[in-house]
Amino acid sequence: MASSTPDGDRAFDRSVSASPWRSALGTLARDRSAVAGLVILAALALIALAAPYVAPYDPRAQPDIVALKYLSPTLAHPFGTDHLSRDVLSRIIFGSRVSLSVAFLSVVVAATVGTGYGAVAGYVGGKLDSLMMRIVDALLSIPRVLLLIAVATLWNGFELTGLVLLLGLTGWFGVSRLVRTLVLGAREDEFVTAARALGATHARIFIHHILPQVISPVLVAATLAIGNVIVIEAGLTFLGMGVRPPNASWGSIFYDGMRDVAGAWWISISAGAALVTTVLAVNLVADGLREALNARQLPAR
Amino acid sequence: MTQPALLTVSDLRTYFYTGAGVARAVDGVSFTIGAGETLGIVGESGCGKSVTALSILRLVQQPGRIEPGSRIMFENQDLLQLDDAGIRRVRGNRIAMIFQEPMTALNPVFTVGDQIAEVARVHASASRRAAWDRAVEMLTMVGIPAPAERASQYPHQLSGGMRQRVLIAMALIMNPALVIADEPTTALDVTIQAQILELLADLQQRLGTSIAMITHDLGVIAEVASRVVVMYGGEVVEEARVETLFTEPHHPYTEGLLHAMPRVGRRRERLAVIPGSVPPPTAWPTGCRFRDRCSYAWDRCAREHPPLYQIGVGHVSRCHLADEPERRAAARATTRSSPAATVAAPGGGA
Repeated sequence: MASSTPDGDRAFDRSVSASPWRSALGTLARDRSAVAGLVILAALALIALAAPYVAPYDPRAQPDIVALKYLSPTLAHPFGTDHLSRDVLSRIIFGSRVSLSVAFLSVVVAATVGTGYGAVAGYVGGKLDSLMMRIVDALLSIPRVLLLIAVATLWNGFELTGLVLLLGLTGWFGVSRLVRTLVLGAREDEFVTAARALGATHARIFIHHILPQVISPVLVAATLAIGNVIVIEAGLTFLGMGVRPPNASWGSIFYDGMRDVAGAWWISISAGAALVTTVLAVNLVADGLREALNARQLPAR
Repeated sequence: MTQPALLTVSDLRTYFYTGAGVARAVDGVSFTIGAGETLGIVGESGCGKSVTALSILRLVQQPGRIEPGSRIMFENQDLLQLDDAGIRRVRGNRIAMIFQEPMTALNPVFTVGDQIAEVARVHASASRRAAWDRAVEMLTMVGIPAPAERASQYPHQLSGGMRQRVLIAMALIMNPALVIADEPTTALDVTIQAQILELLADLQQRLGTSIAMITHDLGVIAEVASRVVVMYGGEVVEEARVETLFTEPHHPYTEGLLHAMPRVGRRRERLAVIPGSVPPPTAWPTGCRFRDRCSYAWDRCAREHPPLYQIGVGHVSRCHLADEPERRAAARATTRSSPAATVAAPGGGA
């Protein structure tokens, strides 16, 4: 992109889609592993949405606790049954609704709060910025899982909404740092000064000239965070602090399997496989997005 | 200076409060720009010319501050006394700015038409449609072929010269009284430079806009300016009509700049450079700020900060030589060569 092309001799290149967003989409579409990840995620999302139609059994039905418990995988029960004679495949399918939606929604919460917080700190700058970032430093110094366990213990018995908020409100610290750095950089861009010189208000400068530069890296970071949060939610649920029975999530199925992991290994393995597949797909998409959006400044992972 | 003054900057001081001390980037600068006039502001990197430009529109960011006592009178109001909304009404509307780097001064994620139209939407609260039409009109005016198609393209699809035309279109869309052009041609090829300067001169004729042309390039000054302010060390060191400045420069720094210009037909001669570089703005030398690099400097220059001496009509110079002109003749007699030391080493120059 040399700025020294002689005036007027450059042909219109209409063949190339010009908008930066559209060209990013094009790059993403050519990235095979990202497309594979997207396909897997789409399939998982579809299955979750259509759970009542796809699942072979009622995930809560306990047809015969004695005779039908711990059945190993067969055609009738591809992933076997658990200690209460429930079909594991059906539970994983219904569990994906909880696991995926909790992960997605809590990352939306985290990304929104983190972007808002970091943007204010970066744009206003000065003492407010220092104060806000020291607060983030303090919060980041507490291990997230410990923080979650502490809050979950104090806040006895919450609904899924509570879990989403909890995961969201403990997940924005990193995003806020990322956004602050990006905004600090964007604020120094010459076109931001140019916009100020043309009389644009702070709101306009922020929305038109700063936010677009923040969106791509936040999108990549949020995608990565989804994989992370799925694992954390499973962990919390495994510890009995996340999703509560009778709701099934992959974490609780994993926990159920641990009662007799040597005898009925298929329960935990199935839940674990679902977890790993999702996280892998999410990471493939995140990597593809990073390439496509050319977002270099990302949190270490 | 026959025109009534449109802009009067008096005793402008812009300081940066950094960890390394107070950087007095602009330190008591005064000048005027008449209606329809082109004033050249010239000096090398670090002399304070860009900070002066940013200060006029109050675009200096933390830790920079315009010191109390500075005044910038424009259209009968002191820009430094306006509230935020007041200065926004001036920016882009009555005073517009053209930046140096046409690539970075445009937002890569919006079409150039959107970006030109944005100015009209901010100031004239024009409808989307009307603003777009006006943007296309402006592209026509700045000489961009196929303006309707170009308007819906992104900055990276245009060449450097075209992008600079887009910036000019953005600056002129509200028909401002004053355009501050900060090194508008520095990033361009020489041939494109000439086109852009020609365009600016032509638009100025048609619209009657005043221009403050900030540059380090005396060639640009010679081409467009009618009056010149030479800056050094955050101060105005010489001010004169452009012909006077080129034929009878008074300040040794101006002399040095002129000698550092390459000229056709003077081959085989090494280009004169001004030795050394601009001292850091946190620690200007006492007395005359140019004395360390000046071949005439004597003890008075270290003791006494020179005032602006009147040399002729509309011609002032911040040099004690005005008081003791015999020293210049004496120095010339001894060195025989050009007053700025002729050095073979690269670096330094204007």
